[in-house]
Amino acid sequence: MKVEVTENEFNPWTSLQAYEDTLVAQHGKCGAVATFVGTMRDEGKTVQRLFLEHYPGMTEKYLHGISETALQRWDILDTLIIHRVGEMLPGDTIVLVAAWAGHRAPAFDACRFLIEELKSKAPFWKRETVGEGARWVNGIN
Amino acid sequence: MIAVKFFASLREQFGKSEIQVDSAEPLTVAQVWALACDNAPLPSHILMAVNMEYSNENRLVQEGDEVAFFPPVTGG
Repeated sequence: MKVEVTENEFNPWTSLQAYEDTLVAQHGKCGAVATFVGTMRDEGKTVQRLFLEHYPGMTEKYLHGISETALQRWDILDTLIIHRVGEMLPGDTIVLVAAWAGHRAPAFDACRFLIEELKSKAPFWKRETVGEGARWVNGIN
Repeated sequence: MIAVKFFASLREQFGKSEIQVDSAEPLTVAQVWALACDNAPLPSHILMAVNMEYSNENRLVQEGDEVAFFPPVTGG
């Protein structure tokens, strides 16, 4: 299991490959990997930049917690979550979530669970720069 | 001391990211909010955490605890 919150730009595909390379013990058992990659949109070229604030400490604790829940709830082998914070530009990767399993159903279910829990409860906040101003993205649904 | 943290739009609204609250007795999270925010009403959509875990306004906190208030989250 790995959780990383980073201010650095990252390539989700090379990050996925790098973590996959550490899972030597799972080779032969793993038959499915489900991944989710979230990317920053420009909303019709209206949003120039995005700042992602978070609650250092609670964010990592929350993401570790949902990863442990996923590992207990489904028959999966491993999980990975990488989330960007700080300043970013349209096209940048915001989040990578992946779940490794023997079969596709638990891999899909765990990956879906992780991204839905992250989006609804992990303490991150988006602030968009639009023209000369900036606005907090409204999280009230 | 109880550390009180604010994030995102709430931090901007109150113009502070962290303050300390002093109390000889345990306080509820709602009482911590009232002390920290000059008795401003607690907005209904605000989320709360005690020691980095989600909590509610009735939870009791004491010396050394960390309480955080923040708006609905928008990560991912």
